[in-house]
Amino acid sequence: MKNQILSTCGLAATAIVTLLCFLIPVFASTPENGEEAMGRRFARQAVKDSKQWTTTDHKKMEILNKNFTSGEEITKACVSCHSEAATQFHKTIHWTWLASEDKSDLRYGKAGFSVNNFCISGNAMEDKGCLSCHTGWNQKGIQGEVNCLKCHNSSGFNFDEAFSDVKSFLEGDDPETHEMAKDIQQEIKKAVTQVTFPERKNCGDCHFNGGGGDGVKHGDLDTSLTKPNRTLDVHMGTDGKNFTCTRCHTTKDHHISGRIYTNPAVESHKSLIEDDLAPKITCVSCHSSTPHKNDSKMNDHTDVVSCQACHIPSYARVNPTMMRWDWSKAGKMKDGKPYVEDGEFGKPIYKTIKGEFKWAKNVVPEYFRFNGSLTSTTADDVIDPGKIVEVSRPVGEKSDPKALIFPFKIHQGKQPYDKIHNKLLAPILSGPKGFWTTLDMNDAIERGNKALGIPYSGEFDYVETTYAVPITHMVAPKEAALACNECHIRKTSRLASITDLYIPGRDQFRLVDTIGWVSVLGALAAVLLHGLGRFFTRNGKED
Amino acid sequence: MIDQKTIKIYLYTRFERIWHWFQAIVIVILILTGLEIHGTYSLLGFQTAVKLHNYLGLTWLTLFAFFIFWLLTTGEWRQYIPTTKKLFLVIRYYAWDIFKGGPHPVQKSTHAKHNPLQRLAYLGISAMLLPVQMVTGLLYYLYNDLQGLFPLSILAGIHTLIAFFLLNFLIIHLYMITTGHSVLGHIAGMITGWEEVYKTTAIEDWETKAIRKN
Repeated sequence: MKNQILSTCGLAATAIVTLLCFLIPVFASTPENGEEAMGRRFARQAVKDSKQWTTTDHKKMEILNKNFTSGEEITKACVSCHSEAATQFHKTIHWTWLASEDKSDLRYGKAGFSVNNFCISGNAMEDKGCLSCHTGWNQKGIQGEVNCLKCHNSSGFNFDEAFSDVKSFLEGDDPETHEMAKDIQQEIKKAVTQVTFPERKNCGDCHFNGGGGDGVKHGDLDTSLTKPNRTLDVHMGTDGKNFTCTRCHTTKDHHISGRIYTNPAVESHKSLIEDDLAPKITCVSCHSSTPHKNDSKMNDHTDVVSCQACHIPSYARVNPTMMRWDWSKAGKMKDGKPYVEDGEFGKPIYKTIKGEFKWAKNVVPEYFRFNGSLTSTTADDVIDPGKIVEVSRPVGEKSDPKALIFPFKIHQGKQPYDKIHNKLLAPILSGPKGFWTTLDMNDAIERGNKALGIPYSGEFDYVETTYAVPITHMVAPKEAALACNECHIRKTSRLASITDLYIPGRDQFRLVDTIGWVSVLGALAAVLLHGLGRFFTRNGKED
Repeated sequence: MIDQKTIKIYLYTRFERIWHWFQAIVIVILILTGLEIHGTYSLLGFQTAVKLHNYLGLTWLTLFAFFIFWLLTTGEWRQYIPTTKKLFLVIRYYAWDIFKGGPHPVQKSTHAKHNPLQRLAYLGISAMLLPVQMVTGLLYYLYNDLQGLFPLSILAGIHTLIAFFLLNFLIIHLYMITTGHSVLGHIAGMITGWEEVYKTTAIEDWETKAIRKN
């Protein structure tokens, strides 16, 4: 009998050990075991390290070896060799500031009717302050010449300022100022030959400062990306892959790939294996749509969830970003003068010329279904001032296979609208007659709307607005990607707002849980009572 | 109270016992991880819970096939044929006579290892709850490969409801095994294979031989 018990115990132990052996693969297949995810392998293949090479040394170009007196002269020199560059460039949105290739279509674009809830409108290039980011010389807009150096010069030299100095120094007859002009021209000559493919700083000069300052607009684009580490951006990190912007924003005839207002960046997400000439603009281009390891449950998510949703855990991780801009508070004076009040992060929370601001760092995005297109409320669209106006909003339905759950920064604003026409208004801000000088909103609106050619009734008020900015940069290293329970959790799910799908761990049927727990408690109570009954009756045994 | 001597008979074969304990461990871990995936609590972490749950579910699915094979080839499936004979006596026993010290109306034997109430319960579980649980579990697991043919919410709802029923069974089962000749009598039977029965119970020849052998 004893042997029987011993052998049975041994048998049971063997069974349990065998079972535990079965479990090893469950715990063993963690990312640390050296196996590489397919997506990383694909991406490495797609972007092998190689120095950009060129057959031209611009320092040896005779045509650049002279004393330039204006930016336009430099452009002429460029175009004398690069004969099609300006023609190509004139067709791009970087030049026209209009989304449509049909230049009579003014609907979308900074030079068109598009507005936002930051500096509101470009007033058809009438607001000269905006033109410091235009790719032409001397803030002349499309009337002027292309400034090639804006994107193709690595010196960081301020050519506009230098040329205006040269001009003023050459105006008089003072030989001393003429000498100074020559010195500046020498500097210009030195700087001009530092021709380059666009570097992070070239793009960033404008795009990191969208909305009128560092990190104001985007949240995932600010000066921290000029020299990021890989923790901030795993692709751009100078201690990582050290990508420039154009590594992904690939270019064709000076058209830079990327979303343009309502137009998605790509028609469909394709990997380079499927289409080797497709732009590298999407994650899928290099990583494929099954980027994780073969058996990974993560790959089952990619038909519904964007890469960005998990791999950008929060935005504005180094520099703060603006979360609210209230124009209705603009115009207040301190001791009869315009003033600025700084708040947390050393960023202004009030400016007389702009109004009240809120800033934040390490912001958790909001999530929406997004097919790559944003709707845009323009200065020509009728709004309902009784509601919060969505100046821009992600487009995407559950039924749309291209629509993925995507992270966004939602910037709140309070901005002027026409009380009679129910349209958002476009005050002109810079210049001697702009709001920043006059602090007269009504007059600024009149001038701004006139520039756009949209009638203004003369009566305005302020309306609450939101502006959605897709979060797609600042991709964190994989270790920092979201854990499952950021979404798969009952109460604090990041996807609480996406209610049209069942998420395990987040969702339940109340009825099922009620029936379940009531029956479990009932069973426990029943066995407890039964057990107590047996205990007190001592199973009917009498002493 | 009738005083009856008890003897031990070899009731559960090695296969049955290993099967039983394997299934017991699997069910407990599946319920624990399943409730975590359901969002009831956080224990192992969602990712580990999912991996473990999937792995055990698939393993069980495979081994269940062996169980069915064994049932069919050994004819042991007959043990699960439901009967109303003595069913109400058994119910009356657990509801009343057990407190009076009355004897169990059905004695275990190799031809009838389960009393009529057990037969019903085990048949319901093995033929209804477990298959539905396995099918919904498998469809849940294959949700993406089936292009969402079955809505996840429905699969999850059914799978969760049945999990609760199985949890109920587990609670009652764990209690019922204390109602043997001694509190640990039944559990000892399932570990060693040797179950205590009254001496008057008909005993097969080979069983007594087995006793003598030891």
